[in-house]
Amino acid sequence: METLLDVKNLGISFGGLRAVNAFDISIKKEELYGLIGPNGAGKTTIFNLLTGVYRPDSGKVILDGVDITGRKVTDISKAGVARTFQNIRLFRQLTVADNVKVGLHNQHHYTAVEGILRLPRYSRVEKEMDDKAMELLKVFDLEDYADHLAANLPYGQQRKLEIARALATNPKLLLLDEPAAGMNPNETGALMEMIQFVREKFHMTILLIEHDMKLVSGICEKLTVLNFGEVLAQGETSKVLNNPKVITAYLGE
Amino acid sequence: MSFISYLINGLSLGSVYAIIALGYTMVYGIAKMLNFAHGDVIMIGAYAALISMTQAGLSPVIAILIAVVVCTVLGMAIERIAYRPLSKASSTLVVLITAIGVSYLLQNVALLIFGANAQTFPTVIQWKGVSLAGGRLNISGETIVTIAVCLIIMAALITFVQKTKSGQAMRAVSEDRGAAQLMGINVNGTIALTFAIGSALAAIAGVLLCSTYPSLTPYTGAMPGIKAFVAAVFGGIGSIPGAFIGGILLGIIEIISKAYISSQMADAIVFAVLIIVLLVKPTGLLGKKIQEKV
Repeated sequence: METLLDVKNLGISFGGLRAVNAFDISIKKEELYGLIGPNGAGKTTIFNLLTGVYRPDSGKVILDGVDITGRKVTDISKAGVARTFQNIRLFRQLTVADNVKVGLHNQHHYTAVEGILRLPRYSRVEKEMDDKAMELLKVFDLEDYADHLAANLPYGQQRKLEIARALATNPKLLLLDEPAAGMNPNETGALMEMIQFVREKFHMTILLIEHDMKLVSGICEKLTVLNFGEVLAQGETSKVLNNPKVITAYLGE
Repeated sequence: MSFISYLINGLSLGSVYAIIALGYTMVYGIAKMLNFAHGDVIMIGAYAALISMTQAGLSPVIAILIAVVVCTVLGMAIERIAYRPLSKASSTLVVLITAIGVSYLLQNVALLIFGANAQTFPTVIQWKGVSLAGGRLNISGETIVTIAVCLIIMAALITFVQKTKSGQAMRAVSEDRGAAQLMGINVNGTIALTFAIGSALAAIAGVLLCSTYPSLTPYTGAMPGIKAFVAAVFGGIGSIPGAFIGGILLGIIEIISKAYISSQMADAIVFAVLIIVLLVKPTGLLGKKIQEKV
Protein backbone atom coordinates (compact mmCIF):
# COMPACT_ATOMS: atom_id res chain seq x y z
CA MET A 1 0.00 0.00 0.00
CA GLU A 2 1.26 3.49 -0.78
CA THR A 3 1.67 6.28 1.73
CA LEU A 4 -1.20 8.76 2.10
CA LEU A 5 0.10 11.09 4.79
CA ASP A 6 3.76 11.84 5.22
CA VAL A 7 4.74 14.30 7.93
CA LYS A 8 8.36 15.25 8.50
CA ASN A 9 9.91 17.27 11.31
CA LEU A 10 6.67 19.13 12.14
CA GLY A 11 6.95 21.71 14.92
CA ILE A 12 5.27 24.72 16.48
CA SER A 13 5.98 26.98 19.46
CA PHE A 14 3.55 29.11 21.44
CA GLY A 15 5.56 31.88 23.04
CA GLY A 16 8.43 30.06 24.73
CA LEU A 17 6.72 26.68 24.79
CA ARG A 18 7.70 24.14 22.17
CA ALA A 19 4.27 22.46 21.91
CA VAL A 20 5.23 20.03 19.14
CA ASN A 21 8.80 19.25 18.16
CA ALA A 22 10.26 17.19 15.30
CA PHE A 23 7.06 15.20 14.81
CA ASP A 24 7.20 12.54 12.08
CA ILE A 25 4.42 10.23 11.00
CA SER A 26 3.77 8.17 7.92
CA ILE A 27 0.35 6.66 7.32
CA LYS A 28 -0.48 4.24 4.51
CA LYS A 29 -3.74 4.24 2.59
CA GLU A 30 -6.63 2.61 4.46
CA GLU A 31 -4.59 2.30 7.62
CA LEU A 32 -6.15 2.81 11.06
CA TYR A 33 -3.60 4.73 13.05
CA GLY A 34 -3.70 5.82 16.69
CA LEU A 35 -2.12 8.86 18.28
CA ILE A 36 -1.88 8.54 22.05
CA GLY A 37 -0.14 10.26 24.90
CA PRO A 38 -0.76 11.82 28.31
CA ASN A 39 -2.89 14.97 28.63
CA GLY A 40 -1.16 18.05 27.27
CA ALA A 41 1.24 16.01 25.14
CA GLY A 42 0.26 17.99 22.01
CA LYS A 43 -2.10 15.55 20.26
CA THR A 44 -4.86 18.03 19.43
CA THR A 45 -2.19 20.57 18.46
CA ILE A 46 -1.03 18.08 15.83
CA PHE A 47 -4.60 17.84 14.49
CA ASN A 48 -4.70 21.63 14.35
CA LEU A 49 -1.40 21.65 12.43
CA LEU A 50 -2.61 18.99 9.99
CA THR A 51 -5.87 20.88 9.28
CA GLY A 52 -4.23 24.31 8.94
CA VAL A 53 -5.78 25.89 12.04
CA TYR A 54 -2.18 26.48 13.19
CA ARG A 55 0.69 27.19 10.85
CA PRO A 56 3.72 25.03 11.66
CA ASP A 57 7.01 26.88 12.10
CA SER A 58 8.96 23.91 10.83
CA GLY A 59 8.42 20.75 8.85
CA LYS A 60 6.33 19.46 5.96
CA VAL A 61 2.93 17.84 5.57
CA ILE A 62 2.49 15.81 2.38
CA LEU A 63 -0.99 14.45 1.63
CA ASP A 64 -1.21 11.98 -1.23
CA GLY A 65 1.89 13.48 -2.86
CA VAL A 66 0.72 17.11 -2.47
CA ASP A 67 2.47 19.50 -0.12
CA ILE A 68 -0.24 21.09 2.05
CA THR A 69 2.06 22.67 4.65
CA GLY A 70 0.79 26.05 5.82
CA ARG A 71 -2.16 26.12 3.40
CA LYS A 72 -5.44 27.71 4.45
CA VAL A 73 -7.99 25.70 6.43
CA THR A 74 -10.54 25.71 3.60
CA ASP A 75 -7.93 24.62 1.06
CA ILE A 76 -6.73 21.75 3.25
CA SER A 77 -10.33 20.66 3.69
CA LYS A 78 -10.69 20.64 -0.10
CA ALA A 79 -7.40 18.76 -0.45
CA GLY A 80 -8.98 15.96 1.59
CA VAL A 81 -8.48 16.27 5.35
CA ALA A 82 -11.60 16.16 7.55
CA ARG A 83 -11.93 15.99 11.29
CA THR A 84 -14.20 15.65 14.29
CA PHE A 85 -13.73 17.43 17.59
CA GLN A 86 -12.96 16.39 21.14
CA ASN A 87 -15.85 18.54 22.37
CA ILE A 88 -18.54 18.04 19.73
CA ARG A 89 -18.81 21.06 17.42
CA LEU A 90 -21.90 20.44 15.34
CA PHE A 91 -23.97 23.29 13.94
CA ARG A 92 -26.46 22.88 16.76
CA GLN A 93 -29.19 25.12 15.40
CA LEU A 94 -29.14 23.45 11.98
CA THR A 95 -31.00 20.26 11.20
CA VAL A 96 -29.18 16.94 11.05
CA ALA A 97 -29.55 16.88 7.25
CA ASP A 98 -28.28 20.47 6.94
CA ASN A 99 -25.19 19.64 8.98
CA VAL A 100 -24.27 16.96 6.46
CA LYS A 101 -25.14 19.24 3.54
CA VAL A 102 -22.71 21.89 4.79
CA GLY A 103 -20.01 19.24 4.44
CA LEU A 104 -21.08 18.69 0.82
CA HIS A 105 -20.66 22.36 -0.17
CA ASN A 106 -17.15 21.93 -1.55
CA GLN A 107 -18.34 19.42 -4.18
CA HIS A 108 -21.66 20.91 -5.28
CA HIS A 109 -21.86 24.34 -6.80
CA TYR A 110 -24.31 27.03 -7.81
CA THR A 111 -24.00 30.77 -7.30
CA ALA A 112 -25.94 32.88 -4.81
CA VAL A 113 -27.69 34.57 -7.75
CA GLU A 114 -28.87 31.21 -9.11
CA GLY A 115 -30.16 30.47 -5.62
CA ILE A 116 -32.08 33.75 -5.37
CA LEU A 117 -33.61 33.39 -8.84
CA ARG A 118 -34.27 29.66 -8.45
CA LEU A 119 -32.66 28.81 -11.77
CA PRO A 120 -32.77 25.15 -12.91
CA ARG A 121 -29.28 24.42 -11.61
CA TYR A 122 -30.43 25.42 -8.12
CA SER A 123 -33.09 22.71 -7.95
CA ARG A 124 -30.87 20.09 -9.57
CA VAL A 125 -27.89 20.68 -7.28
CA GLU A 126 -30.07 20.94 -4.16
CA LYS A 127 -31.70 17.61 -5.10
CA GLU A 128 -28.29 15.99 -5.55
CA MET A 129 -27.16 17.29 -2.16
CA ASP A 130 -30.37 16.11 -0.45
CA ASP A 131 -29.97 12.63 -1.92
CA LYS A 132 -26.35 12.38 -0.96
CA ALA A 133 -26.97 13.65 2.56
CA MET A 134 -29.76 11.09 3.07
CA GLU A 135 -27.52 8.34 1.76
CA LEU A 136 -24.86 9.23 4.33
CA LEU A 137 -27.40 9.52 7.12
CA LYS A 138 -28.71 6.05 6.27
CA VAL A 139 -25.22 4.60 6.63
CA PHE A 140 -25.17 5.92 10.18
CA ASP A 141 -28.81 5.05 10.98
CA LEU A 142 -29.60 8.72 11.38
CA GLU A 143 -32.14 9.09 8.55
CA ASP A 144 -35.10 9.22 10.96
CA TYR A 145 -33.54 12.28 12.61
CA ALA A 146 -32.92 14.17 9.35
CA ASP A 147 -35.28 17.04 10.24
CA HIS A 148 -34.34 17.28 13.92
CA LEU A 149 -32.08 20.03 15.17
CA ALA A 150 -28.60 18.66 15.79
CA ALA A 151 -28.74 20.07 19.33
CA ASN A 152 -31.62 17.72 20.18
CA LEU A 153 -29.81 14.49 19.28
CA PRO A 154 -28.60 12.21 22.07
CA TYR A 155 -24.87 12.39 22.74
CA GLY A 156 -23.91 9.18 20.95
CA GLN A 157 -25.87 10.18 17.84
CA GLN A 158 -24.16 13.58 17.83
CA ARG A 159 -20.80 11.81 17.70
CA LYS A 160 -22.02 9.76 14.75
CA LEU A 161 -23.36 12.86 13.00
CA GLU A 162 -19.99 14.57 13.37
CA ILE A 163 -18.35 11.65 11.59
CA ALA A 164 -21.03 11.72 8.87
CA ARG A 165 -20.50 15.46 8.38
CA ALA A 166 -16.74 14.98 8.12
CA LEU A 167 -17.20 12.18 5.56
CA ALA A 168 -19.51 14.45 3.55
CA THR A 169 -16.52 16.64 2.67
CA ASN A 170 -15.21 13.61 0.73
CA PRO A 171 -11.90 13.34 2.56
CA LYS A 172 -8.89 11.13 1.92
CA LEU A 173 -7.85 11.30 5.56
CA LEU A 174 -10.25 11.31 8.50
CA LEU A 175 -9.04 12.66 11.83
CA LEU A 176 -11.04 11.61 14.89
CA ASP A 177 -10.31 13.53 18.09
CA GLU A 178 -11.21 11.34 21.08
CA PRO A 179 -14.28 9.71 19.50
CA ALA A 180 -14.95 7.62 22.62
CA ALA A 181 -14.83 10.54 25.07
CA GLY A 182 -17.78 10.36 27.44
CA MET A 183 -18.95 6.94 26.25
CA ASN A 184 -19.65 3.89 28.40
CA PRO A 185 -18.00 0.51 27.56
CA ASN A 186 -21.02 -0.65 25.51
CA GLU A 187 -21.08 2.52 23.46
CA THR A 188 -17.33 2.33 22.97
CA GLY A 189 -17.71 -1.21 21.66
CA ALA A 190 -20.30 -0.06 19.13
CA LEU A 191 -18.05 2.87 18.17
CA MET A 192 -15.12 0.53 17.49
CA GLU A 193 -17.28 -1.48 15.12
CA MET A 194 -18.45 1.70 13.44
CA ILE A 195 -14.93 3.05 12.90
CA GLN A 196 -13.90 -0.22 11.27
CA PHE A 197 -17.05 -0.20 9.17
CA VAL A 198 -16.32 3.37 8.00
CA ARG A 199 -12.83 2.37 6.99
CA GLU A 200 -14.04 -0.57 4.93
CA LYS A 201 -17.11 1.06 3.41
CA PHE A 202 -15.39 4.33 2.42
CA HIS A 203 -11.86 2.90 1.99
CA MET A 204 -10.87 5.55 4.48
CA THR A 205 -7.54 6.27 6.09
CA ILE A 206 -8.10 7.16 9.74
CA LEU A 207 -5.91 8.80 12.34
CA LEU A 208 -7.46 8.92 15.78
CA ILE A 209 -6.59 10.41 19.14
CA GLU A 210 -7.84 8.31 22.03
CA HIS A 211 -7.30 7.67 25.71
CA ASP A 212 -9.38 4.51 25.83
CA MET A 213 -6.72 1.78 25.64
CA LYS A 214 -9.30 -0.89 24.89
CA LEU A 215 -10.32 0.96 21.76
CA VAL A 216 -6.77 1.76 20.75
CA SER A 217 -5.43 -1.76 21.19
CA GLY A 218 -8.60 -3.22 19.68
CA ILE A 219 -8.65 -1.43 16.34
CA CYS A 220 -5.46 0.54 15.65
CA GLU A 221 -2.83 -1.21 13.56
CA LYS A 222 -0.15 1.27 14.38
CA LEU A 223 0.47 3.77 17.13
CA THR A 224 2.45 6.88 17.77
CA VAL A 225 2.98 7.86 21.40
CA LEU A 226 3.51 11.52 22.08
CA ASN A 227 4.99 12.93 25.27
CA PHE A 228 5.82 16.60 25.89
CA GLY A 229 5.40 17.36 22.19
CA GLU A 230 7.85 14.69 21.03
CA VAL A 231 7.49 11.19 19.66
CA LEU A 232 8.20 8.70 22.40
CA ALA A 233 7.52 5.51 20.48
CA GLN A 234 6.12 4.54 17.11
CA GLY A 235 5.19 1.34 15.32
CA GLU A 236 2.89 -1.68 15.56
CA THR A 237 0.34 -1.39 18.35
CA SER A 238 1.31 -4.46 20.40
CA LYS A 239 5.01 -3.60 20.33
CA VAL A 240 4.44 0.04 21.25
CA LEU A 241 2.16 -0.80 24.16
CA ASN A 242 4.80 -3.15 25.61
CA ASN A 243 7.56 -0.59 25.25
CA PRO A 244 8.91 0.20 28.78
CA LYS A 245 9.23 3.91 27.96
CA VAL A 246 5.53 4.07 27.08
CA ILE A 247 4.52 2.25 30.24
CA THR A 248 6.58 4.69 32.29
CA ALA A 249 5.05 7.72 30.61
CA TYR A 250 1.54 6.45 31.29
CA LEU A 251 1.89 4.87 34.70
CA GLY A 252 4.91 6.62 36.17
CA GLU A 253 8.01 4.93 37.50
CA MET B 1 -60.38 56.86 11.29
CA SER B 2 -57.33 59.00 11.95
CA PHE B 3 -55.99 56.28 14.25
CA ILE B 4 -56.05 53.81 11.38
CA SER B 5 -54.25 56.23 9.11
CA TYR B 6 -51.57 56.79 11.79
CA LEU B 7 -51.26 53.06 12.15
CA ILE B 8 -50.72 52.65 8.41
CA ASN B 9 -48.13 55.44 8.37
CA GLY B 10 -46.41 53.75 11.27
CA LEU B 11 -46.46 50.49 9.36
CA SER B 12 -44.83 52.20 6.40
CA LEU B 13 -42.09 53.89 8.45
CA GLY B 14 -41.64 50.64 10.34
CA SER B 15 -41.17 48.79 7.05
CA VAL B 16 -38.25 51.06 6.19
CA TYR B 17 -36.74 50.49 9.66
CA ALA B 18 -37.27 46.76 9.19
CA ILE B 19 -35.40 46.69 5.87
CA ILE B 20 -32.48 48.61 7.42
CA ALA B 21 -32.59 46.45 10.56
CA LEU B 22 -32.25 43.32 8.39
CA GLY B 23 -28.84 44.58 7.30
CA TYR B 24 -27.74 45.12 10.89
CA THR B 25 -29.05 41.84 12.12
CA MET B 26 -27.59 39.70 9.30
CA VAL B 27 -24.14 41.23 9.63
CA TYR B 28 -24.30 40.82 13.39
CA GLY B 29 -25.54 37.25 13.16
CA ILE B 30 -22.88 36.13 10.71
CA ALA B 31 -19.85 38.36 11.16
CA LYS B 32 -20.52 39.02 14.89
CA MET B 33 -20.01 42.76 14.49
CA LEU B 34 -22.14 45.89 14.60
CA ASN B 35 -21.77 47.77 11.36
CA PHE B 36 -22.55 51.30 12.48
CA ALA B 37 -21.78 52.61 8.99
CA HIS B 38 -24.91 50.83 7.73
CA GLY B 39 -27.10 53.95 8.13
CA ASP B 40 -24.75 55.99 5.99
CA VAL B 41 -24.77 53.39 3.24
CA ILE B 42 -28.50 54.20 3.00
CA MET B 43 -27.68 57.87 2.46
CA ILE B 44 -25.15 57.02 -0.27
CA GLY B 45 -27.80 54.84 -1.93
CA ALA B 46 -30.30 57.69 -1.85
CA TYR B 47 -27.76 60.10 -3.41
CA ALA B 48 -26.92 57.52 -6.10
CA ALA B 49 -30.63 57.27 -6.99
CA LEU B 50 -31.08 61.05 -6.83
CA ILE B 51 -28.19 61.76 -9.21
CA SER B 52 -29.25 59.02 -11.61
CA MET B 53 -32.69 60.62 -11.85
CA THR B 54 -31.97 64.37 -11.75
CA GLN B 55 -28.55 64.66 -13.45
CA ALA B 56 -28.59 61.64 -15.74
CA GLY B 57 -32.33 61.76 -16.33
CA LEU B 58 -32.80 58.02 -15.92
CA SER B 59 -36.09 56.36 -15.06
CA PRO B 60 -36.77 55.58 -11.37
CA VAL B 61 -36.45 51.81 -11.91
CA ILE B 62 -32.98 52.15 -13.47
CA ALA B 63 -32.03 54.65 -10.74
CA ILE B 64 -32.96 52.15 -8.03
CA LEU B 65 -30.92 49.44 -9.75
CA ILE B 66 -27.93 51.79 -9.92
CA ALA B 67 -28.35 52.62 -6.21
CA VAL B 68 -28.44 48.90 -5.39
CA VAL B 69 -25.25 48.25 -7.37
CA VAL B 70 -23.46 51.26 -5.83
CA CYS B 71 -24.37 50.21 -2.28
CA THR B 72 -23.51 46.54 -2.84
CA VAL B 73 -20.06 47.48 -4.10
CA LEU B 74 -19.65 50.02 -1.30
CA GLY B 75 -20.70 47.54 1.40
CA MET B 76 -18.33 44.86 0.11
CA ALA B 77 -15.51 47.41 -0.19
CA ILE B 78 -16.04 48.58 3.42
CA GLU B 79 -15.93 44.98 4.60
CA ARG B 80 -12.82 44.15 2.58
CA ILE B 81 -10.85 47.31 3.34
CA ALA B 82 -11.93 48.32 6.84
CA TYR B 83 -13.26 45.26 8.66
CA ARG B 84 -11.62 42.11 7.28
CA PRO B 85 -8.04 43.12 8.18
CA LEU B 86 -9.29 43.44 11.77
CA SER B 87 -10.93 40.01 11.90
CA LYS B 88 -8.02 38.69 13.96
CA ALA B 89 -8.05 41.68 16.32
CA SER B 90 -8.07 40.81 19.99
CA SER B 91 -11.27 42.68 20.80
CA THR B 92 -14.54 43.17 18.92
CA LEU B 93 -14.38 46.74 20.20
CA VAL B 94 -11.70 47.47 17.59
CA VAL B 95 -14.12 46.67 14.75
CA LEU B 96 -16.91 48.62 16.45
CA ILE B 97 -14.77 51.76 16.67
CA THR B 98 -13.68 51.30 13.05
CA ALA B 99 -17.35 51.07 12.04
CA ILE B 100 -18.07 54.40 13.74
CA GLY B 101 -15.07 55.85 11.89
CA VAL B 102 -16.36 54.55 8.56
CA SER B 103 -19.73 56.11 9.35
CA TYR B 104 -18.17 59.57 9.81
CA LEU B 105 -15.99 59.06 6.76
CA LEU B 106 -19.04 58.39 4.57
CA GLN B 107 -20.91 61.40 5.98
CA ASN B 108 -18.00 63.73 5.42
CA VAL B 109 -17.23 62.47 1.93
CA ALA B 110 -20.90 63.04 1.08
CA LEU B 111 -20.67 66.52 2.60
CA LEU B 112 -17.64 67.25 0.42
CA ILE B 113 -19.26 66.01 -2.78
CA PHE B 114 -22.91 66.96 -2.37
CA GLY B 115 -22.71 69.89 0.12
CA ALA B 116 -24.68 70.42 3.30
CA ASN B 117 -27.85 71.77 1.68
CA ALA B 118 -30.87 69.54 1.69
CA GLN B 119 -31.77 68.32 -1.78
CA THR B 120 -35.31 67.51 -2.79
CA PHE B 121 -35.76 63.89 -3.70
CA PRO B 122 -37.84 63.47 -6.87
CA THR B 123 -41.03 61.45 -6.87
CA VAL B 124 -40.24 57.82 -7.51
CA ILE B 125 -43.68 56.35 -7.05
CA GLN B 126 -46.17 58.04 -9.38
CA TRP B 127 -49.18 56.13 -8.12
CA LYS B 128 -51.55 58.32 -6.07
CA GLY B 129 -52.61 55.51 -3.79
CA VAL B 130 -56.09 54.55 -2.69
CA SER B 131 -58.93 56.31 -0.97
CA LEU B 132 -61.10 54.27 1.36
CA ALA B 133 -64.20 54.84 3.47
CA GLY B 134 -65.60 57.50 1.19
CA GLY B 135 -62.45 59.62 1.13
CA ARG B 136 -61.97 59.67 4.88
CA LEU B 137 -58.99 57.30 4.74
CA ASN B 138 -56.32 58.09 2.16
CA ILE B 139 -53.35 55.81 1.79
CA SER B 140 -50.56 57.13 -0.43
CA GLY B 141 -48.83 55.09 -3.10
CA GLU B 142 -45.50 55.40 -1.28
CA THR B 143 -47.00 53.88 1.85
CA ILE B 144 -48.46 50.89 0.06
CA VAL B 145 -45.35 50.28 -2.03
CA THR B 146 -43.07 50.55 1.03
CA ILE B 147 -45.07 48.00 3.01
CA ALA B 148 -45.33 45.65 0.02
CA VAL B 149 -41.60 45.86 -0.75
CA CYS B 150 -40.76 45.13 2.88
CA LEU B 151 -42.96 42.03 2.93
CA ILE B 152 -41.46 40.75 -0.33
CA ILE B 153 -37.90 41.30 0.91
CA MET B 154 -38.65 39.52 4.19
CA ALA B 155 -40.14 36.49 2.47
CA ALA B 156 -37.31 36.34 -0.07
CA LEU B 157 -34.64 36.65 2.57
CA ILE B 158 -36.07 33.95 4.80
CA THR B 159 -36.33 31.53 1.87
CA PHE B 160 -32.81 32.42 0.80
CA VAL B 161 -31.34 31.76 4.23
CA GLN B 162 -33.36 28.58 4.79
CA LYS B 163 -33.31 27.01 1.35
CA THR B 164 -30.10 27.84 -0.47
CA LYS B 165 -26.54 26.68 -0.14
CA SER B 166 -25.25 30.20 0.57
CA GLY B 167 -27.90 30.64 3.26
CA GLN B 168 -26.90 27.34 4.80
CA ALA B 169 -23.26 28.45 4.78
CA MET B 170 -24.34 31.69 6.51
CA ARG B 171 -26.10 29.77 9.27
CA ALA B 172 -23.13 27.46 9.69
CA VAL B 173 -20.64 30.35 9.87
CA SER B 174 -22.94 32.17 12.29
CA GLU B 175 -22.83 29.24 14.66
CA ASP B 176 -19.25 28.08 14.53
CA ARG B 177 -16.88 29.86 12.18
CA GLY B 178 -13.99 27.50 12.91
CA ALA B 179 -15.94 24.31 12.34
CA ALA B 180 -17.49 25.74 9.14
CA GLN B 181 -14.03 26.50 7.80
CA LEU B 182 -12.84 23.00 8.62
CA MET B 183 -15.80 21.63 6.64
CA GLY B 184 -14.58 23.57 3.61
CA ILE B 185 -16.85 26.63 3.83
CA ASN B 186 -15.35 29.84 2.46
CA VAL B 187 -15.91 32.03 5.52
CA ASN B 188 -14.60 35.28 4.03
CA GLY B 189 -16.78 34.82 0.96
CA THR B 190 -19.82 34.14 3.12
CA ILE B 191 -19.24 37.29 5.17
CA ALA B 192 -18.71 39.35 1.99
CA LEU B 193 -22.02 38.01 0.62
CA THR B 194 -23.75 39.03 3.86
CA PHE B 195 -22.45 42.57 3.50
CA ALA B 196 -23.49 42.62 -0.16
CA ILE B 197 -27.07 41.61 0.67
CA GLY B 198 -27.33 43.98 3.64
CA SER B 199 -26.04 46.90 1.58
CA ALA B 200 -28.31 46.14 -1.38
CA LEU B 201 -31.24 46.28 1.05
CA ALA B 202 -29.88 49.56 2.42
CA ALA B 203 -30.10 51.09 -1.08
CA ILE B 204 -33.76 50.08 -1.37
CA ALA B 205 -34.43 51.43 2.13
CA GLY B 206 -32.74 54.71 1.16
CA VAL B 207 -34.97 55.21 -1.88
CA LEU B 208 -38.14 54.27 0.06
CA LEU B 209 -37.23 56.56 2.96
CA CYS B 210 -36.56 59.50 0.68
CA SER B 211 -39.74 59.00 -1.33
CA THR B 212 -41.76 59.35 1.89
CA TYR B 213 -39.59 62.11 3.41
CA PRO B 214 -38.16 63.78 0.29
CA SER B 215 -35.33 65.80 1.79
CA LEU B 216 -31.82 64.41 1.46
CA THR B 217 -28.69 65.57 3.32
CA PRO B 218 -25.46 63.74 4.20
CA TYR B 219 -26.95 63.12 7.65
CA THR B 220 -30.19 61.59 6.39
CA GLY B 221 -29.03 58.03 7.09
CA ALA B 222 -27.70 58.59 10.61
CA MET B 223 -30.93 58.71 12.63
CA PRO B 224 -32.82 55.98 10.74
CA GLY B 225 -29.64 53.90 11.01
CA ILE B 226 -29.59 54.20 14.80
CA LYS B 227 -33.32 53.56 15.04
CA ALA B 228 -33.02 50.48 12.86
CA PHE B 229 -30.24 49.28 15.14
CA VAL B 230 -32.65 49.78 18.03
CA ALA B 231 -35.26 47.83 16.07
CA ALA B 232 -32.81 44.98 15.52
CA VAL B 233 -31.94 44.82 19.23
CA PHE B 234 -35.63 45.20 20.11
CA GLY B 235 -36.54 42.18 17.98
CA GLY B 236 -33.52 40.16 19.08
CA ILE B 237 -30.31 40.91 17.21
CA GLY B 238 -29.23 38.11 14.89
CA SER B 239 -32.81 37.06 14.19
CA ILE B 240 -34.29 37.93 10.77
CA PRO B 241 -37.98 37.75 11.79
CA GLY B 242 -36.96 39.68 14.94
CA ALA B 243 -35.60 42.56 12.85
CA PHE B 244 -38.86 42.65 10.91
CA ILE B 245 -41.10 42.68 13.98
CA GLY B 246 -38.80 45.13 15.80
CA GLY B 247 -38.80 47.52 12.83
CA ILE B 248 -42.57 47.47 12.38
CA LEU B 249 -43.26 47.97 16.10
CA LEU B 250 -40.75 50.78 16.33
CA GLY B 251 -42.30 52.61 13.36
CA ILE B 252 -45.79 52.30 14.81
CA ILE B 253 -44.69 53.43 18.29
CA GLU B 254 -42.91 56.43 16.79
CA ILE B 255 -45.83 57.62 14.67
CA ILE B 256 -48.44 57.02 17.39
CA SER B 257 -46.33 58.91 19.95
CA LYS B 258 -45.90 61.77 17.50
CA ALA B 259 -49.64 61.91 16.91
CA TYR B 260 -51.00 61.51 20.43
CA ILE B 261 -48.25 62.43 22.86
CA SER B 262 -45.68 64.86 21.53
CA SER B 263 -43.70 65.06 18.33
CA GLN B 264 -40.62 66.26 20.23
CA MET B 265 -40.87 63.38 22.66
CA ALA B 266 -41.38 60.67 20.03
CA ASP B 267 -37.72 59.64 19.81
CA ALA B 268 -37.35 59.63 23.59
CA ILE B 269 -40.37 57.35 23.84
CA VAL B 270 -38.92 55.00 21.21
CA PHE B 271 -35.70 54.61 23.17
CA ALA B 272 -37.57 54.31 26.48
CA VAL B 273 -39.53 51.39 25.02
CA LEU B 274 -36.23 49.76 24.04
CA ILE B 275 -34.91 50.10 27.57
CA ILE B 276 -38.06 48.57 29.03
CA VAL B 277 -38.02 45.65 26.59
CA LEU B 278 -34.38 44.92 27.34
CA LEU B 279 -35.03 45.05 31.09
CA VAL B 280 -37.80 42.51 30.76
CA LYS B 281 -36.27 40.37 28.01
CA PRO B 282 -32.54 41.07 27.64
CA THR B 283 -32.21 39.10 24.40
CA GLY B 284 -34.96 41.04 22.62
CA LEU B 285 -38.38 39.81 21.53
CA LEU B 286 -37.24 36.85 19.40
CA GLY B 287 -33.67 36.66 20.64
CA LYS B 288 -32.16 33.30 21.41
CA LYS B 289 -31.17 32.44 24.92
CA ILE B 290 -27.47 32.86 25.38
CA GLN B 291 -26.12 29.42 26.09
CA GLU B 292 -23.75 28.99 28.96
CA LYS B 293 -20.79 26.85 28.03
CA VAL B 294 -20.13 24.32 30.72
